[in-house]
Amino acid sequence: MDTFLIALTIFVLAIFVGFEIITKIPPTLHTPLMSGSNAISGITLIGAIISSGAQHTMLTTILGFVAVVFATINVVGGFMVTDRMLSMFKKKVR
Amino acid sequence: MGVRETIIGFSYLVASVLFIVGLSGLTHPRTAVRGNLIGALGMLIAVAATLIDLRIVSFDVIIAGVVVGAGIGAILALRVPMTAMPQMVALLNGFGGGASVLVAGASLVETSVLAGTYGTQATVATAASGIIGAVTFWGSFVAFLKLQELMFKKPVHFAGLQVLNAVLFAASVGLGVMIVLHPEETMYYWALVGVASVLGVFLIIPIGGADMPVVIALLNAYSGLAAAATGFVLGNNVLIIAGSLVGASGVILTQVMCKAMNRSLTNVLFGIMGPTAETAGADEVYAGKIKATTAEEVAMLFDSARRVVIVPGYGMAVAQAQHAVRDLMNALEKKGIEVEFGIHPVAGRMPGHMNVLLAEANVPYDKLKELDLINPTFEQTDVAIVIGANDVTNPLARTDPKSPIAGMPILDVDKARTVVVIKRSLSPGFAGVPNPLFAADNTLMYFGDGKDAVIALVNAIKES
Repeated sequence: MDTFLIALTIFVLAIFVGFEIITKIPPTLHTPLMSGSNAISGITLIGAIISSGAQHTMLTTILGFVAVVFATINVVGGFMVTDRMLSMFKKKVR
Repeated sequence: MGVRETIIGFSYLVASVLFIVGLSGLTHPRTAVRGNLIGALGMLIAVAATLIDLRIVSFDVIIAGVVVGAGIGAILALRVPMTAMPQMVALLNGFGGGASVLVAGASLVETSVLAGTYGTQATVATAASGIIGAVTFWGSFVAFLKLQELMFKKPVHFAGLQVLNAVLFAASVGLGVMIVLHPEETMYYWALVGVASVLGVFLIIPIGGADMPVVIALLNAYSGLAAAATGFVLGNNVLIIAGSLVGASGVILTQVMCKAMNRSLTNVLFGIMGPTAETAGADEVYAGKIKATTAEEVAMLFDSARRVVIVPGYGMAVAQAQHAVRDLMNALEKKGIEVEFGIHPVAGRMPGHMNVLLAEANVPYDKLKELDLINPTFEQTDVAIVIGANDVTNPLARTDPKSPIAGMPILDVDKARTVVVIKRSLSPGFAGVPNPLFAADNTLMYFGDGKDAVIALVNAIKES
């Protein structure tokens, strides 16, 4: 199977997994869901790391650097703010 | 495949599994904190594995970037007030989209410098990353400006806006085709990013405040899809998996929000409101029927009440009244009254906005009830208190098929024995229609700033 088909298969299956999980998440957690899933989409960071570390040209290094900054803000900011929010959700003390 | 590649590939698989397990943790508040940490662990493993990649010749730029990014991210995360969470999420969406644009661009430039071969998958995906990423970056930036009330506070409409957007979209697709045909000409890519950036701005400026939850959810979906597209560019499965999980999440939230407003995504995106046919004017609806009340009068209502439902809206966030509302809940519970909250899905400026604010104020999450659960209980409710909400309580949605909000699911507060509406004035909500609830026989209007009004009410209850 050529690489495109493999990638496409993974993409489609992952979307189905996503739908299955996300529909089970209660509305009360929708804001942390957005910020938390957002942090996960900061996975672009690994592509940015390769570009900025490979240093083929000045241009790709600069692009890689800015991408690393953006993606790290996304990852660190996203996970931390989600943690801060989630730790506030408490059940009634009986 | 060498040992390193195997280790990296295996680590990416572990990371993907952890992302999925982490997201599953979010299905319950009890497991959510752990779920988020599991997701973060997955990210850490993916990043650590990437660092052993042989293509990396130097770490200084990487370290500098991570330090700067982590610093900014941590400061934002620790300092942002809960009321500003919609802006924060908009910003994070934007950075994710921006990173995708840059990574795809760097990859294209690298291939041209190294005189490598361009696969069709990579070039098509590069064009997609560029378009989706740039729209996400600039669209999120505009959404941030709107939510922070720095610019574009009022929706911006002008003749031909939709035509312009269609042209911009066609132009970016055209440039995308040029990238696929001539990938060695990297200028096409930057031109595409430029056009898509303008498109991102123009797509979001016409969208009004109450429609922001849809936009934030949609941009969330875009940031995921941009990451997935970048995964296709790099042939990297963990990017594809993580990106599609986030894309799916954003798409579902967008649907939930649209359904909760009974509006189509197209109407939201083009800033179109429903039928604006002859609805009764404000004077006609309100004249002589408004009963204003005071804190003391409302406090007396609670002497005979057994069940109270509080309905918060964006006004509670603006007035930062969530802590005062918590005090109100405590004061009522002290009198032996059962208190619950009715949360409309689009209350506030992003999905779950009210829940986060009330959680911040230590209101237990099991007191916050969804529309379907709270609505059947209003008939047994003695007092419904509406704080800074308007359209989501408007009975016209049920009764007037010509109204712009016709068919929108609402909170049936009007069925409670007495309704107290805390609001600054009789000004209409986002839909621009008067709310007959305010003039109903069982409604008392308690005019004032949300926070001050609730504090006065709590004091009145304590004194009575």
